[in-house]
Amino acid sequence: MNGPAPISIRNLSVYYGDLQVLKSVNLDIPAKKITVVIGPSGCGKTTLLKSLNRLLDTTEGVRVQGEVILDGENIYAPRTEVTRIRKKMGLLSQKPQVLPMSIYENVAYGPRIHGLRAKKDLGRRVEHYLKVAGLWEEVKDRLREPASVLSVGQQQRLCLARGLAVEPEIILGDEPTSALDPQSSQNVERRLIELKQEYTVVVVTHILRQARRIADYLAFLYLGELVEHGPAAEVFANPQDPRTRAYLTGEIS
Amino acid sequence: MNGVANGHLGKRKRADLFFRVLATASAAVVLLSLLLIIGTILWKSVPALSLSMLTHTPKGGFYLGKEGGILNAILGSLYLAVGATVLAFLLSLPLVLYLNLYKGRASKTAVWTRFFLDVLWGVPSIVYGAFGFVVMLALGLRASLLAGMLTVALLEFPIMCRAIDEVMRLVPLELKEASDSLGATRFETALKVMVRQCAPGILTGVLLAFGRGIGDAASVLFTAGFTDRVPTSLADPAATLPLAIFFQLGTPFPEVQQRAYASAAVLTLIILLISLAGRAMSRKVTRHVVK
Repeated sequence: MNGPAPISIRNLSVYYGDLQVLKSVNLDIPAKKITVVIGPSGCGKTTLLKSLNRLLDTTEGVRVQGEVILDGENIYAPRTEVTRIRKKMGLLSQKPQVLPMSIYENVAYGPRIHGLRAKKDLGRRVEHYLKVAGLWEEVKDRLREPASVLSVGQQQRLCLARGLAVEPEIILGDEPTSALDPQSSQNVERRLIELKQEYTVVVVTHILRQARRIADYLAFLYLGELVEHGPAAEVFANPQDPRTRAYLTGEIS
Repeated sequence: MNGVANGHLGKRKRADLFFRVLATASAAVVLLSLLLIIGTILWKSVPALSLSMLTHTPKGGFYLGKEGGILNAILGSLYLAVGATVLAFLLSLPLVLYLNLYKGRASKTAVWTRFFLDVLWGVPSIVYGAFGFVVMLALGLRASLLAGMLTVALLEFPIMCRAIDEVMRLVPLELKEASDSLGATRFETALKVMVRQCAPGILTGVLLAFGRGIGDAASVLFTAGFTDRVPTSLADPAATLPLAIFFQLGTPFPEVQQRAYASAAVLTLIILLISLAGRAMSRKVTRHVVK
């Protein structure tokens, strides 16, 4: 691995049909830090996140303009291999979505499609990332059971292990704790903080307290516009834009 | 005021009662028809049911009431329906995956394809039979197991497609995204995630189409032909149970007519066994399905 690379978003605009959801966003996401994107619901946070691994491509009627530069390469350039881009990022969605297979197979799925075949290596990788995700102790005796028997909190950590198992450089979280109970949320947050040692983490959330707990870098999105961004401590302490101030104080939500 | 409210309540209660009676009556009619059909068939077939009927082909004069059995039709029907179902499956699954994963489930292509499939579903089977017959002649084939299989496969195709499609449309988009975001190709997502998630629905669709295929008489009338022998190659004509019932019931001899009912009982039993087997399998393939 040549180290996680920062992501550069250049003049990114996204349209759903005639509706412009993102308005010429420019943002540099720092490496090995947790960048949190905050903003009211419907402001384009999830769209921004999904544009980073080109998951938007699968939605009908979506048009993307601008560039997202990852490892010096514009991922929206024609002929870019989407699967290779996506392999560089693990995604945690709002509601954990396990695959219809066993716990073991959920984690092994990614490495296997990317060519890891040897049983021993696969087993080792599955164990390693289940440990990183803090799930190993809870599931080591029932790896062959369907993943759907796990609790929602466990499922989200399984999704984390599954995303890490393809050895990405970046972790994307789309309100990854919104479906979880407080304790599971805390568990996932703790993992994310640990993971920033090795990964670039981008998390979208509408929970301000969560942003305060985990953010190193903060971006505030409002009505599709990137209003303000900077080191989290600075933005929280001294927001420059009146809209940011209003959002942080709870006047707009 | 109070009186008005009470009168209104009484009306609502009467309406409720009326619909409850109606619903119960409908359920009773359905259940009774089923019992009556099975009862009649079994009762009428008892004199003719025997092991030798299942294990022998018709001898000379079978349709006049002489010796023999319907092994030709049992095996013919099984060969034909299994072959047709496999063929239909090989067409249906890729089509449904194409509509749901490649084109998008709400795309114009998908909407129009679904419409055409619905029309095809509604086409009477005798029309499939006539169409198959024309194609068969154009290709210079004669009535054969192969021609019958192809025609029945065509008949089963829209049923299987729509049944599987209905299930696959309900798969949450997030599941597809989860697989996509791991860097899976569409083909991998289709085969390793969608098919697993829809396995019970696929099984149901296949069984539904199989039941339709094995029970259909009109589509095989001209295309598979009829013979007293068990087919040994795809080019041989093949007897089928629905036609065996038709021919036996059409004779003036009561003992042959009884055999028609016995054939019907065998056909029903085959469908029952296949459904039970499907049910047992379904439990297995449902294990990993994500709710």
